[in-house]
Amino acid sequence: MATDRQNTGWVDGCRAIAYQCCGACEHIWYFRREFCPNCGASDPRMCTASGNGRVYAMSMVYRAPSDELHPHAPYLIVMVDTDEGFRMMAHGDPLLAIGDRVRARFIEFGGRLIPRFGKPET
Amino acid sequence: MSWISGVGLTRYGKHPGRSTLDLMSDAAGLALADAGLERSDVDGLICGYSMTMPHLMLSTLFAEHFGIRPSYAHAIQLGGATGFAMAMAAHLVIESRAARNVLVVAGENRLTGQSRDSAIQTLAQVGHVDYEVPLGATIPAYYGLVASRYMYRYGLDERDLAHLAVLMRSHAQAHPGAQFRTGIDVDAVLSSRPIASPLKLLDCCPVSDGGAAFVISRDPLNEHRVRIRGAAQAHTHQHVSAAPTLSEFGAGISSTGALQAADVQLEDIDYLAIYDSFTITLAILLEEIGLAPRGQSGELACSGYFSRGGKLPLNTHGGLLSYGHCGVGGAMAHLAEAHLQLTGRASERQAGTPRLALLHGDGGVLSSHVSMVLEAG
Repeated sequence: MATDRQNTGWVDGCRAIAYQCCGACEHIWYFRREFCPNCGASDPRMCTASGNGRVYAMSMVYRAPSDELHPHAPYLIVMVDTDEGFRMMAHGDPLLAIGDRVRARFIEFGGRLIPRFGKPET
Repeated sequence: MSWISGVGLTRYGKHPGRSTLDLMSDAAGLALADAGLERSDVDGLICGYSMTMPHLMLSTLFAEHFGIRPSYAHAIQLGGATGFAMAMAAHLVIESRAARNVLVVAGENRLTGQSRDSAIQTLAQVGHVDYEVPLGATIPAYYGLVASRYMYRYGLDERDLAHLAVLMRSHAQAHPGAQFRTGIDVDAVLSSRPIASPLKLLDCCPVSDGGAAFVISRDPLNEHRVRIRGAAQAHTHQHVSAAPTLSEFGAGISSTGALQAADVQLEDIDYLAIYDSFTITLAILLEEIGLAPRGQSGELACSGYFSRGGKLPLNTHGGLLSYGHCGVGGAMAHLAEAHLQLTGRASERQAGTPRLALLHGDGGVLSSHVSMVLEAG
């Protein structure tokens, strides 16, 4: 989803997690669009997440969807509740558990930059 | 008011050399014969879609091929919810008096008409093209996420879900048209190949070839008609990342709406036709509709509650998990079986004398919901 608007998320190849915030109703969300899906207000604010969150759900994929990705399997898909309050899908380190505190980093996967969560280093 | 006057269902599995139009024609022919109608009696046509034969105008393509000239026709695309959405649309078309006899038909050579990778890749596009698909997530992974949260929340393990696969297989054993009829037990499910944890191969429905069709009519055409009492839908999200939670989807809203439209209580229902793309799908839907306490659908299945001779018989043909899943036709097999049960025509699978069936289908990742209440005529 390349646009000419300034952006900062991993879907654009940047090492960051972007989300949006509505100036009118303060709703926040993850999938980028040009208006607030809650109240319809235009010009939502682009924000960068801290990368911190908590594992909400997880699934280890043993059967990848394409020849290109088969060699990567198995890999862990996680849903993370971010500290900012939106939920997102990403990769996770093996052995994570639901409820774990996690922090994002960015890896190459299938020729793309994607977020991968792991336990924060102490 | 509308009546389901005829149903047609092919066996599911491999139909090598049979195209989408072939399988649709087979099922349509069976449904017309069951209704006692000729092609010339059909004035409405509702189709779905086919992954192996994408087309802008499937309904008129089929009409030309099959040899009908309807005065009302279109196709619907709503993933796994399409079949029941087509039946609901036919019901509304009949009630609006835009047509008298609507043919609802689907068919696809989804198993033999494409490679397994192609099927998996196409289906994975249900995910978000920018935010989910690049992660290598698959449909089983989306449902695996739901299952992980479900097991965590209710303190369950993989055995609880496995009971639902065992139940569907035991039902399929009594249907000659089912794709998988070899008996399985919980250990077989647990030891089957991992696909997307906690889901194993036997937690997942197969890919099948097959076709299904109904005739939905304004008049009660024969003695074995079934009445559509009410239907409703709910669409709460598309992508699993955007689902409000992984424990409340739209199934409760949709089923409540259908029961209200039908003016019946959940307690009045005595047959169930519930979408079961994965064991977790069935568990979530049964529990959200209120047919099982939260976290207990597997245990109830194990106790025989949903068996042919149980209190609330469920998918007595074997469901998607064992009868098979050919796309749009997948859930339509549930309706065809419900029709046979309500009309006392399910032979050795007959589960007493049910009068009221609740049907529920979902598309996407528990995204699109359609519920219907059918009553014996």
